[in-house]
Amino acid sequence: MASNVKPRVKVPKSAAAGSAVTIKTLISHPMESGQRKGSDGNLIPRSIINRFTCDFNGQNVIDITLEPAISTNPYFEFEATVPEAGDFKFTWYDDDGSVYEDTQSITIA
Amino acid sequence: MELTRRNALALGAGAFAAAILPFRAFASAASDEAIAAFTGGAAVGTGGITLTTPEIAENGNTVPVTVSAPGAESILILATGNPTPAVATIKFGPLAASQSASTRMRLAGTQEVVAIAKMPDGSFAQASNTVKVTIGGCGG
Repeated sequence: MASNVKPRVKVPKSAAAGSAVTIKTLISHPMESGQRKGSDGNLIPRSIINRFTCDFNGQNVIDITLEPAISTNPYFEFEATVPEAGDFKFTWYDDDGSVYEDTQSITIA
Repeated sequence: MELTRRNALALGAGAFAAAILPFRAFASAASDEAIAAFTGGAAVGTGGITLTTPEIAENGNTVPVTVSAPGAESILILATGNPTPAVATIKFGPLAASQSASTRMRLAGTQEVVAIAKMPDGSFAQASNTVKVTIGGCGG
């Protein structure tokens, strides 16, 4: 179990209807690849976030499958269309079954 | 053959090359397999996809990578020289404003990074870059 997992998301507070906004996400996570050896010489078991999704008012924006080759503290930057005011929902799925969530609201300027 | 110093050296070099070769072949086979699993064996074209990576990455632990393929359904990123070549599969939903994304990946050493985009019409486009890595990022 990864401890101190903290999602951080940067979304503009408001946008014009139908315009594109850039979203940046970062989540603190060790992303143990399963390739490293610990001080006792044994492999450290894999423990990564294997999936990340972003939805806006229930409609999917992006769905990313992560592999062990993604760096520690996985970072993603992408663009989303904002047709109306609403909430962005970000979800990270951990190997151990944990789900981390974050929500950001956006208004129409 | 007389076992002279020269012969022993040649033998040693040969054995070393033989030991290295299967590993190389295995690495590319694994990435070919990953590509085949993504494309379903379809031919992969070029153009229509942009892969941005640094030419030289000092630290293989965090190598920034940006992919962009206008109109693509999904994009697969592969690091052909990693123990497990797959890096990420990005699927774009109906609200994605542009079919592009940035992230950071680990690279085990100097190698070729490949991105393959799947277009809605079932075709595939590929782009690849070579990244020089000073310090590998896969531990060990």
